[in-house]
Amino acid sequence: MIIEVCGPGCPRCQATEKNVLQVVKELGMELGEEAQVVEVKDIKQISARGVIMTPAVLIDGVKVCEGRIPGPQEVKKWIEERK
Amino acid sequence: MVEKCLCEASEVLIFPCSGASNCGQIANQAAVQLTEEGIGRMYCLAGIGAHDSVMVETTKAAKRVVAIDGCSTACAKRTLEHAGLMVTDCLDVTEGGIEKVHDFKLSPQDISSIAARVKERLGPGDNSRIKDSVKV
Repeated sequence: MIIEVCGPGCPRCQATEKNVLQVVKELGMELGEEAQVVEVKDIKQISARGVIMTPAVLIDGVKVCEGRIPGPQEVKKWIEERK
Repeated sequence: MVEKCLCEASEVLIFPCSGASNCGQIANQAAVQLTEEGIGRMYCLAGIGAHDSVMVETTKAAKRVVAIDGCSTACAKRTLEHAGLMVTDCLDVTEGGIEKVHDFKLSPQDISSIAARVKERLGPGDNSRIKDSVKV
């Protein structure tokens, strides 16, 4: 599973990534093996993913959230739905 | 830290109707101007019309949801409401005396006056006072 966190790197983006990493850890997923968490900071790359507002989260190429910081429970639900 | 962040101003989302008249396009340009000034963030009314779940959830999380309609048909406001969203502020371009015609000769003064009316409606400073109280 590839989880992309899109955002140029402000505190809101960092908080999003932190929540994603926390959930990946809680679910016992091995980073790099079961789940790759990738930061996408380049504006062109972000736009190419159909993101209008950041922070945004994509799981295996599907946008699941944008323009807000998702809570850990939401992130957990999205990951579990796609496992 | 990055110079410009797309996370800015996402708490005030602006939805112009972008309709096929001078007034619809004035609404559109006013939303562009407000976004460029950092007052809020123009967002996709078409995405809401398509009931895109990500866009609907993003809009639900906003503190202010602003509809700028070109005329009294109020398509932007109604589209948002149809998706189950609460519009916190709505404005009709024609209410200020701008006549709806079917050409696209837009006056910069009209665009600025609509942007100014939205700013007046939003008021100064922190928008957190209405947080959660108007969400569905």
